[in-house]
Amino acid sequence: MTSRETILKRTADALAPLTERAQYPDFKDDIAVMPALNRSGDLWAIFCERVKLVHGTPLSGGPATLANWIREKGLKHGYCDPALLPVFGDVLTAAGCAVETVFDRSRVDEYQFGITRAEAAIAETGTLVLTDATSSSRLAALAPWTHVAVLKREQIFADVASAVAKLPADPNVIWCTGPSRTADVEGILIEGVHGPGVQVAFLME
Amino acid sequence: MKHQQIDQYATTLSAGKRASVYDGTKSGYDARLRALNTAYPTPDNLRKLAGQIKQHTIENLDTYLPQVEARMVANGVKVHWAVDGGEACAHVHRIMEEHGAKKMVKAKTMVSEEIHLADYLEKRGMECLETDLGEFIIQIDHDHPSHIVKPIIHKNRREIAVSFEREGLGAYNDDPEVITARARQFLRHKYLAADVGLSGANFVSAESGRIVLVTNEGNSRFSIAATKVHIALVGIEKIVPRDRDLGLFLNLLARSATGQQFTSYTEFISGPRSANQPDGPGEMHVIFVDNGRTRVLADDCRAILRCIRCSACLNVCPIYRQASGHAYRAVYPGPVGAVLSPLLAGDKFPEMADLPKASSLCGACNEVCPVNIPIPDLLLRLRDRGKRMHSKAAAAATPPMGAFGMLASSPSLWKIAMKTGGLSALYPTCLMPAAGKTWVRTRGMPKWRGGKFRAWMQQRRANAPAPATQTERKAD
Repeated sequence: MTSRETILKRTADALAPLTERAQYPDFKDDIAVMPALNRSGDLWAIFCERVKLVHGTPLSGGPATLANWIREKGLKHGYCDPALLPVFGDVLTAAGCAVETVFDRSRVDEYQFGITRAEAAIAETGTLVLTDATSSSRLAALAPWTHVAVLKREQIFADVASAVAKLPADPNVIWCTGPSRTADVEGILIEGVHGPGVQVAFLME
Repeated sequence: MKHQQIDQYATTLSAGKRASVYDGTKSGYDARLRALNTAYPTPDNLRKLAGQIKQHTIENLDTYLPQVEARMVANGVKVHWAVDGGEACAHVHRIMEEHGAKKMVKAKTMVSEEIHLADYLEKRGMECLETDLGEFIIQIDHDHPSHIVKPIIHKNRREIAVSFEREGLGAYNDDPEVITARARQFLRHKYLAADVGLSGANFVSAESGRIVLVTNEGNSRFSIAATKVHIALVGIEKIVPRDRDLGLFLNLLARSATGQQFTSYTEFISGPRSANQPDGPGEMHVIFVDNGRTRVLADDCRAILRCIRCSACLNVCPIYRQASGHAYRAVYPGPVGAVLSPLLAGDKFPEMADLPKASSLCGACNEVCPVNIPIPDLLLRLRDRGKRMHSKAAAAATPPMGAFGMLASSPSLWKIAMKTGGLSALYPTCLMPAAGKTWVRTRGMPKWRGGKFRAWMQQRRANAPAPATQTERKAD
């Protein structure tokens, strides 16, 4: 007998004596949505409020807004999704920033920021949704200290339940709720452990 | 033996460690309460619902396991099965050998602790590096995690700074920000140099075959972005029936575990990287691990398999807070461990049968459990089992009850004892055994009140020829 057969047989044997099995309960998809959430309101406004609670950075505007923010933060060198280069290339150059469109892992420490596209966002939790389909490089969205996810207004889900209902058929769906963090050392919150210390959600207007 | 083993351990705990554990659990408990109660008017209903979903799942695992396997295979995942820890380790080792892999970066998985994966691989010349900050510190200290979510709850920053200095990660500095930054810098090059990334799974959807990983640090993300092969170790009880269930479970898990509304990273992984994606594993393996779980499934304590490893029961437990996680002598500490560890121990149940006694049965563990596991009930069942099996570990330091048993089961002996009990007031305390002397050092002997029941009962029969009416009873 293979181990697969052994485990399945043991499982069946373990459950055989049960005269009745617990039913799958009946519930609504939005059961765990916070009642305080105004789902018909301005989702970007809700997103901004919620993402600040988890120390994320919401920004909105045209390409120059992002370029200005990057210049103000003193960032000089980063990665940009090749599909976004036509949008941000010129303004970033004007802001004195050098960008690459291929993430060279051997120089991981040289990238101060990464700009990639978001698949979606969730207002309820201030969450950004990344996928293989929309992230040009998993590492570029993860390794630099600052990650900018570029988002469109119509991509925002109201709540977790609706985002779960529309999980994309992508092998790598990542929900990012604020920056990378730990409280392993004496319960003290530190941001920027393995992933970004600064997580920007940039709404392109 | 003077004490139960867990009490014995608790007495050896230094004041510093006790304070670390107390502070860590207390803050976890407070954060959980705040997070649940500010979000929901009746969080209890959510816990109960989640409990029903998990109970349904484990009682239908015979259906869900083949279903999830089929979905995973269709998604391009290679699925393996491991009856026990040895087989699970062997699968991992074989997959690594097939790829000529020498280096693994691993995210936090409780199953890997259960099966001692790191030891197994290191003995065979492979590197197996923990990447969760807490687990990394545990690894360099050759220590063991003492909490499921906060593995180094028993360490303070000074101890960590000493360890970092010893390992050549910079001069002594106990600022948590510096400690974290050094780990970040050290570990990111390890991810990039590694061949294989290992993770566990917080949930697995039977409907879609997705595994769901929940982390705050982003270490599992990095593992799955930098390596060529992804291996996930999954306990067979990790399944939820449908994707829609995840909305509920993710909300409950984050709040119960750390008091966050949502964990920083929730990863839904269903297979190897997409064709357009330059980073990440081209191959994904899932190893379904039994390692005692089917035995628990056959047991009347199977409800413990609902557990989603949030640690809320550890944080709230007065015993855990005083004794710390290492006192439980197993991978799973706290109330959940007191049930799960003896059950997983199989034939060695009697050696672990003292753990179910490490509880005041206050019920707090049940009240905070996001899947509403009736832990106190399960503890009582296991206490009963330990007694019936004559477990020496469980019997340690319990007072001998033989004389009382004889007395209580013989009406005539009982009568004599009650009649003469008043004489105990005359017993000179200087003749008492040591334990009795300790008792009376700060207390007087209680006034004897026994022996009146029989007389009262007879009197009552004589005085109450007819049953009392409702009004009379009220007047009483």
